[in-house]
Amino acid sequence: MGRYVIRRLLQMIPVFIGATLLIFLMVNVMGDPVAGLCGDRECDPATAAQLRREFGLDQPVWRQYLTYMGNVFTGDFGTAFNGQPVTELMGTAFPVTVRLTVVAIVAEIVIGITLGVITGLRRGRPVDTAVLVLTLVVISVPTFVTGLLLQLLLGVKWEWIRPSVSSYAPLDELIVPGLVLASVSLAYVTRLTRTSIAENRRADYVRTAIAKGLPRRRVVTRHLLRNSLIPVVTFIGTDVGALMGGAIVTERIFNIHGVGYQLYQGILRQNTQTVVGFVTVLVLVFLVANLLVDLLYAVLDPRIRYA
Amino acid sequence: MRGATHAGWAAGAAAVVLAATACGGGGDGGGGDAGAVLSSSWGDPQNPLEPANTNEVQGGKVLDMIFRGLKRYDPETGEAKDMLAEKIETSDSQNFTVTVKDGWTFSNGEKVTARSFVDAWNYGASLKNNQRNAYFFSYIDGYDKAHPEDGGKQSADTLSGLKVTGPRTFTVKLNQKFSTFPDTLGYPAYAPLPRAFFDDHGNWLKKPVGNGPYRVDSYARGSQMSLRKWEQYPGEDKARNGGVDLKVYTDNNTAYTDLMAGNLDLVDDVPAAQLKNVKNDLGDRYINTPAGIIQTLAFPYYDRNWNKSGSEKVRKGLSMAIDREQITETIFHRTRTPATDWTSPVLGEDGGFQDGLCGEACEYKPDEAKKLIRDGGGLPGGQVKITYNSDTGSHKQWVDAVCNSINNALGNDKACVGNPVGTFADFRNQITDKKMSGPFRAGWQMDYPLIQNFLQPLYYTNASSNDGKWSEKKFDDLIDKANAETDTGRAIKTFQQAEQVVRDNMAAIPLWYQNGSAGYSDRLSGVKLNPFSVPVYDEIKVS
Amino acid sequence: MPEQPYEPERAVAGTGMGGQMDLGASEAATLTPAGPEPAGPQERPRSLWSDAWHDLRRNPVFLISALVILFLIVISLWPSLIAPGNPLQCELSKAQDGSRPGHPFGYDGQGCDVYTRTVYGARTSVAVGVLSTLGVAVLGSVLGGLAGFFGGFWDSVLSRITDVFFAIPVVLGGLVLLSVITSNTVWPVIGFIVLLGWPQISRIARGSVITAKQHDYVQAARALGASNSRLLLRHITPNAVAPVIVVATIALGTYISLEATLSFLGVGLKPPSVSWGIDISAAAPYIRNAPHALLWPSGALAVTVLAFIMLGDAVRDALDPKLR
Repeated sequence: MGRYVIRRLLQMIPVFIGATLLIFLMVNVMGDPVAGLCGDRECDPATAAQLRREFGLDQPVWRQYLTYMGNVFTGDFGTAFNGQPVTELMGTAFPVTVRLTVVAIVAEIVIGITLGVITGLRRGRPVDTAVLVLTLVVISVPTFVTGLLLQLLLGVKWEWIRPSVSSYAPLDELIVPGLVLASVSLAYVTRLTRTSIAENRRADYVRTAIAKGLPRRRVVTRHLLRNSLIPVVTFIGTDVGALMGGAIVTERIFNIHGVGYQLYQGILRQNTQTVVGFVTVLVLVFLVANLLVDLLYAVLDPRIRYA
Repeated sequence: MRGATHAGWAAGAAAVVLAATACGGGGDGGGGDAGAVLSSSWGDPQNPLEPANTNEVQGGKVLDMIFRGLKRYDPETGEAKDMLAEKIETSDSQNFTVTVKDGWTFSNGEKVTARSFVDAWNYGASLKNNQRNAYFFSYIDGYDKAHPEDGGKQSADTLSGLKVTGPRTFTVKLNQKFSTFPDTLGYPAYAPLPRAFFDDHGNWLKKPVGNGPYRVDSYARGSQMSLRKWEQYPGEDKARNGGVDLKVYTDNNTAYTDLMAGNLDLVDDVPAAQLKNVKNDLGDRYINTPAGIIQTLAFPYYDRNWNKSGSEKVRKGLSMAIDREQITETIFHRTRTPATDWTSPVLGEDGGFQDGLCGEACEYKPDEAKKLIRDGGGLPGGQVKITYNSDTGSHKQWVDAVCNSINNALGNDKACVGNPVGTFADFRNQITDKKMSGPFRAGWQMDYPLIQNFLQPLYYTNASSNDGKWSEKKFDDLIDKANAETDTGRAIKTFQQAEQVVRDNMAAIPLWYQNGSAGYSDRLSGVKLNPFSVPVYDEIKVS
Repeated sequence: MPEQPYEPERAVAGTGMGGQMDLGASEAATLTPAGPEPAGPQERPRSLWSDAWHDLRRNPVFLISALVILFLIVISLWPSLIAPGNPLQCELSKAQDGSRPGHPFGYDGQGCDVYTRTVYGARTSVAVGVLSTLGVAVLGSVLGGLAGFFGGFWDSVLSRITDVFFAIPVVLGGLVLLSVITSNTVWPVIGFIVLLGWPQISRIARGSVITAKQHDYVQAARALGASNSRLLLRHITPNAVAPVIVVATIALGTYISLEATLSFLGVGLKPPSVSWGIDISAAAPYIRNAPHALLWPSGALAVTVLAFIMLGDAVRDALDPKLR
């Protein structure tokens, strides 16, 4: 087990370097950000040159990358164009997005798995068909349409919720945005659980358990669910990173000042330091989440042993 | 569950309002609780909030609340009036003596002296401080040493043209005659700065200290700034409310939605898409006032296609193919007015605005448009692409409408297409690198209400905002002549002659004058916008 | 059983693509090991396909979605069959008007006919969906298949590369890469989807090739001296391609949806392209005044995505003997 974890950690290193390099190059392709800093006029060449020097933009890309990564390892993520250290931006943005992601994940787990179990046990019945159609609809309508519609209906027409989230983003204001963010994944968790449950229901161990005369509830929770959840856990685990980075649309619609907002601003202003900094953290979250998921496997499925 | 929460919240709010009215009752008609705080929409400022580093409205909004300069533009008329200046004297339009009023302090108690100004201006001009607005000081003698444009080494930290001659007096020597120089001093870049700015810069940026009617109470960058009334403010324009909470919105549609839901008191930029509902939603709590902003289409004069004989006919033809009336009516619901010259109505006739100067070239005449474009040799490549940045404002809406109008007038559905550029920075890059091949969006918000500001930066050879690189000796000569003029009336006349040169060449197609628009909650009264389309916060009353 | 250490992250197909691109991948994964098992090594592998076809012909879900897709393809090729108007012909004076005779869906914010634009929008959306899926499927299955077949060093390299791509959120990548594109064709968007989409297919192709490789008949063929290329083409590909097809069909729908999201963020297709994404994002701010301009293209988009996902679903059910 220990050796497995160490091997996985070692494998993370090239992935981490590759992903940060990739995003670094991508942001660089966007071109020179300095021209956007002077409003509707041309920056005077002297100031522009000075700004480029200050942000290290006058260096070749590979050196910029090395300097940047060197700084990152000492905890310095650089400075945004408004003069604020990127770590400070992270300090305000990440708690908000983490709360939003928690809401989304909880929704996926509670609603998604419940619906999945119900439909999986009642394959072909009306409730199954209804939920299946519903999940398909949720998947086919783009998130931003769902978000805008809910904001208009719940926030403006019926006044059930605040149409936008206040700056401190308390948990209760994040419920609807969290659901919107989770909606597609939620539909997927439902379908995944359903398929998995339906398959395992016919497995020998379940038949044996029923034959032994165990109560139905116990069979479902102890035997069936535990084994059927493996693919679901993988999905949710890898979804953590995706949700945090994919909240750009949701955060924009509900005016949430989290990671997605900072990334969007960073990209519009071509602020390399902000974008690369946030993505670096997201990549780390993604890698760690994946590792945790794989370790969870061993807990859920006793057949899997890591050497 | 959510419904219940909301109801509770609303009831609580209602109770607060009732209590507030009870307290404020019997006051001066309009009521108004001098201690109440209002919330207002805001955008995250792009640059650090230093006066000489702020060149967009959102940062400018804050500077306008926490700073007062030598001059202040009247919120109503835009006229430059003495604020901290006791007097500014000159005999030759080149050497000025400034006397600062007594009794002014910064909100940390430090006195505002002549040195506060001179230090601030030197800081703003010095290349090593990277101030985006440094060019504002380029008229002052010694700028070329403190800020060498050609990439040479900076040989002075201060401007030789600035001299402190007493605790409250200093002299300014310009490197050329500039009769209206005192009137430019209301721009935030010329604000005074306290010692704390220089001695403890990092902390100052976290919580700026100024000498305006408000002081910064707390600042969570990227999400909110709380400003509170500064009780000891010595000026006449004391805040009539307890303070302002500026809340950052990524999308002004969301801000408007929040206003309707009662979560926000003031939205100072009503999005075009919501204008149709504004009467319904807000009744008379909506204002629409002219501002010193003009939108034009500029052309790349470095491209031979747009700089050959006959191309002015094509430009004129394009101008006449744009149905400004219809677009300002349908897309902007009269928050923009069809332009008939190259300045702005806020200047007033006395300030140089000339209604109808453009003549029929700015009227919608599809048949003549077609003929003119044909006479001028047709559209280069058979198609024009209007380039704009799609990340801010509602540019897409009007560019599409302009293109549809041109297409309909010319009877060709591919004559004009919009060409969105994803980010403002990239849009500016393409302009700076001279990569434009057709007309592109050019907006101009005045820095100060002078006709000079609408012409020189935009059309003078190699001026900082002359994005199309238009160059015309006749125009340049007239501008030089106007700047040297000591009599204001004669100067304006000369500027107007220069504007006629712009017209005859159709150097840029004027589209419309942009108004400022704002909507507010029923807690507020006395809301108005100044000619820079910024709310006059200190005059707002909260009940 | 496996000759390689069991690495669960591979067995369950990758999902980290963020946003919407990963739809279907994990579901299809449950099918990866299923493949031809019950068919047994003696039976010709093709029977799986004929069985599947037999099933599909009787499946109403398949028939309906296939009909919808057929209809979409026809109107993408010849939109004027059902829409006589010109999608670029707009009159501002009619902006946001409701429906009227000859213009059943009303007008959008620029005074363009929503019906005509919705019909013409199908072409772009279907083109983006089909072409990106083709690109993703070809690139992904070739790279993934080869890596899975040969294993070893290059396999590890490819696995790490796919990890890198999975770690970058899709919408973010789109914003960065597409924000500076000035071309107004569909190619940049397609190129972007292929660039960030191939790892998803490559993981699945790799997994199913590894599974297929271990079957007795492949080992037998190898023992009889079959060359690598023969093994790959004759024996492994027919057995490994099913999961790829399933995931690709479902992904097609999500790519169409992704194009709309990119347009909403201002970096998708550009005029004069007519696409649902452009129309939806243009109509979104007007949702209160002219909901029809938003609902029709959104509806068309949803139906299209739905049709492709349902098709993928049906194909998967037919190919998965365990659920039969």
